[in-house]
Amino acid sequence: MYDIEALYEASSVENAVELLQEHPDAIVIAGGSDVLIKIREGKLAGCSLVSLQKLDELRGVNMDEDGTLRILPLTSFSHITKNPLIQEHINVLGEAVDMVGGPQIRNIGTIGGNTCNGVTSADSGSTLVAYDAIMEITGPNGKRQLPISEFYVKAGKVALEPAEILTAILIPKESYNNCKGHYIKYAMRNAMDIATLGCSVNVRLSQDKKTVERLRIAYGVAGPVPMRAPTAEAKGAGKPASEETAALVAKAALEDVNPRDSWRASKALRLQLVEELTKRAFIKAVELSGGAL
Amino acid sequence: MSVGKSVPRVDAYDKVTGRAKYTDDMVEKNALVGKVMHSTIANGWVKSMDISEAEKIPGVVKILTCMDVPDIQFPTAGHPWSTDASHQDVMDRKLLNRRVRLYGDDIAAVIAEDEVAASRAIKAIRVEYEQYEHVLDPYEAMKEGASQLHDEYPNNILKHSGFEDGDFEEAIKEEGLIRVEGTYETPIVQHCHIEPPVSYCYMENGRYVVVASTQIPHIVRRVVGQALGISWGKVRVVKPYIGGGFGNKQDVLYEPLNAYMCQQVGGRLVKLEISREETFYATRVRHAMTFNIVSYVRPSGRIVASQCKVVSNQGAYASHGHSVVSKSMTSFRQLYNYEKACKVEGYTVYTNTAAAGAMRGYGTPQSVFAIESHAEDIANTLGMDPLEYRRMNMMPVGYTDPFSKNVNYFDSLNQCISRARKAIDYDQKRKLYQEQTGPVRRGIGMALLWYNTAVWPISLEVSSCRMVLNQDGSVQIQLAETEIGQGADTAFAQMAADTLGIPFEKINTISTQDTDVTPFGLGAYASRQTYVGGMAVKKTAVLLKQKILDYAHEMTRMLPEDIDLVDGNIVWKTNKNKILLSLEDLAQEAFYSMEHAQHITAEATAQCKSNAYSLGCAFAEVEVDIPLGKVTLLNLVNVHDCGQLINPQLAKMQVHGGMSMAIGYGLSERLMYDEKTGKPLNDNLLDYKLSTTMDHPDLSADFVENYEPTSAYGTKALGEPPAVPGAPAIRNAILNATGVAINKLPMNPHLLYPAFRDAGLI
Repeated sequence: MYDIEALYEASSVENAVELLQEHPDAIVIAGGSDVLIKIREGKLAGCSLVSLQKLDELRGVNMDEDGTLRILPLTSFSHITKNPLIQEHINVLGEAVDMVGGPQIRNIGTIGGNTCNGVTSADSGSTLVAYDAIMEITGPNGKRQLPISEFYVKAGKVALEPAEILTAILIPKESYNNCKGHYIKYAMRNAMDIATLGCSVNVRLSQDKKTVERLRIAYGVAGPVPMRAPTAEAKGAGKPASEETAALVAKAALEDVNPRDSWRASKALRLQLVEELTKRAFIKAVELSGGAL
Repeated sequence: MSVGKSVPRVDAYDKVTGRAKYTDDMVEKNALVGKVMHSTIANGWVKSMDISEAEKIPGVVKILTCMDVPDIQFPTAGHPWSTDASHQDVMDRKLLNRRVRLYGDDIAAVIAEDEVAASRAIKAIRVEYEQYEHVLDPYEAMKEGASQLHDEYPNNILKHSGFEDGDFEEAIKEEGLIRVEGTYETPIVQHCHIEPPVSYCYMENGRYVVVASTQIPHIVRRVVGQALGISWGKVRVVKPYIGGGFGNKQDVLYEPLNAYMCQQVGGRLVKLEISREETFYATRVRHAMTFNIVSYVRPSGRIVASQCKVVSNQGAYASHGHSVVSKSMTSFRQLYNYEKACKVEGYTVYTNTAAAGAMRGYGTPQSVFAIESHAEDIANTLGMDPLEYRRMNMMPVGYTDPFSKNVNYFDSLNQCISRARKAIDYDQKRKLYQEQTGPVRRGIGMALLWYNTAVWPISLEVSSCRMVLNQDGSVQIQLAETEIGQGADTAFAQMAADTLGIPFEKINTISTQDTDVTPFGLGAYASRQTYVGGMAVKKTAVLLKQKILDYAHEMTRMLPEDIDLVDGNIVWKTNKNKILLSLEDLAQEAFYSMEHAQHITAEATAQCKSNAYSLGCAFAEVEVDIPLGKVTLLNLVNVHDCGQLINPQLAKMQVHGGMSMAIGYGLSERLMYDEKTGKPLNDNLLDYKLSTTMDHPDLSADFVENYEPTSAYGTKALGEPPAVPGAPAIRNAILNATGVAINKLPMNPHLLYPAFRDAGLI
């Protein structure tokens, strides 16, 4: 039995915004795989909820006329993974969210919830950061857009103002075009676990597949929110697509991260993982892009 | 014959279709809901409690605190009771405890109309504590100045015992001996049965009816009586299907508190369900143990003398107490044969952690990890083949234990080894994995297993059985030995069918135990039900059959000695194809005869005055990703000699389940505490890394079937043994792959990464 004070079901995006204005203390619930756990734990016991559950307009993946991928936030992880547009243009995202929890969680959990809870370990987070996703937010003053790097504020906190909800995650064509990525989730179990470290790397190779034109690297759990590795990226850009570059980039990544020492994992282990996973994910991304190492 | 066949389990269809009823399915929806309040300090005293705000919350019916409960200390272990006070289980806890001994101790209980009201009330209770310094480590707990958890046990030592075979100090004087020492540590782990501890209680006609998810209904009856200070006959315990126990429910957990809550609301129906988090910190766990072993061996490989000192972390309350480490100590004495001397010493020590009790293997997953890691270390020190070392020193055929008089009748260990060795291709792989380099390496290793089936001669166990003939020639059988998922109901039906001589389909095992109706027995624990319960089934079936034949004599005028019951028919002994009468016709006559009507039933109690070694081994193959500190288990093969298999399919399932537990024990599971506060850190299934099917290879289970002569149906322990040898086998495989000996469980990346780094592999 869950201690829920009230449940308001939104009938449209506008209605959701109105409900949140009427009930400023209410919490937004989508799939419920995080919120219900917090209610059960007692952290959110007695809360009021605004549910987006019935808003089919927020489900699915579309492509805008300019080639922007428009991922709607209520799309479940399993639907992201199986979506043909995702598979064609940003398959790494589908692979990443296919590592969330177990099948039941992937059927209920949504990509919007995964980003809006502001958790560094979110399996979608590092890949969306690595692809410079743009967050489309709808609130009392209409729509606005924000780069994902500005969307993540701090652990557990994103840049949603009161009565605002996330209504789309956009991946511009320039971001995904001619680009392949790879995500490695390192966890203590092969299922039903959260990442000890997540590493998402994507590359764009030169026409002859020999040089790294663009390199983007992002991590989950290397800091309080999903984060990029600018030093490592700069180190790799323009370099040959080789194992040496992989090692160089991986070493450089250590300058970008600042993982915590905690009972979940030591800082030393996390740093070791940053270097090793960066190397492996880089190599895999190069291979996926047709490069030969 | 039914024994030896993989007949489908009798509860299979009901369980997979969801028809089988568990405790929570049966409770009336208007039940009051109970909830336990747990302390938020690890060691101290409840000075005062203010429940005034909590009482005002709508829906709250009654709040009970540690100031209210009867001043009675009671035991909780699911052992046979002893009428000799010196052999009784330790009585060291009350229904609610004012003296707080662990973070999460039970200090109050709320009874409310629903769960939300109960939770809100617990939040609103104000507690004032006097706090003492907590102690989580048993070595620290034994030191002068450590906080004393129980006044009756100075220095927090619940018990200290030891024995010496031969003269250790004398034996090690032999010249040319090689000394090998190792310290091996095992963690606190939890059973993680699917169904949480749950019970409900109501009063009827002045008596308490407790329906509970337990392995031991008759013992629950006794302990509820003891805890509440009421006559045991005033308590009736009903045990429906349960979703696993693994030993946690071989303790009397919250049933007494549930009965007390019911009493305090005038006998109204109260349900008490324990959450997963509470199950971790407030029920029972497996003892963490540290073993220091010093061995002296000849260069030839023969072990001459060995000494083992073990310290067992009891946690806050005694539960099964020193019995668990006693079994560890016995396994040390028996798995290997020391030519001259064996010296063992063990301590069980209270600390401010979760109370440790019975858990699948009862002290042997810990000891066998130490013993088999040590055996591998000796073999490596001598440069000897690990199998050769074991063959030279392991328990020999004909070994007789001086205390129990148990005899090792067969060459089970060698037979199991050779089967497993072949199955996993040990010799080839051992060669293949020599001198590997690179970041990812493979290895293969093994470990032996020793287990003792039942508890004789420590206790005398009894098992009683009742059989009742129906009008159609079918038979109900009833035992106090419980179905807890292992397939006991099916195994008993197979046994009964064979001894009676009626088809398996005609046996109805009454799955539910009801202490008012079910004959006395002790329930599911150790690995003894097919062994001890089998004796009761056989004895009762022989009696019932005799009664049937006696009645058949009246109908056929044949001497009972000259006829038999075969496949549900009365036949000639000399020609079993000659059917004289069907059992159905006989039963009809017996029920409704105008001359001699009789309800044919039988009941008997068997006493178990024997025990049997259950032996086996596990072989593991791993791939170690050194830079990631990660182990992938590629293969795990268990081979057991548990005597004759009653049901090969069920036996295999039992082994798979045990192997799964061994994988978690070896690689990922550990209940952690915050040093500063004594608070459990990972008391949930996300942070406590119970292994998943995705972490398992295909599990391979095989058997050697030496018919056990002391057993009614030739069978012996299989419930626990499969969980025992996996962890050390994995440890030895990692050693084989990397050259790094890990002496601590679980072998997770937190441990492996620094170990590989320190060994210069990273």
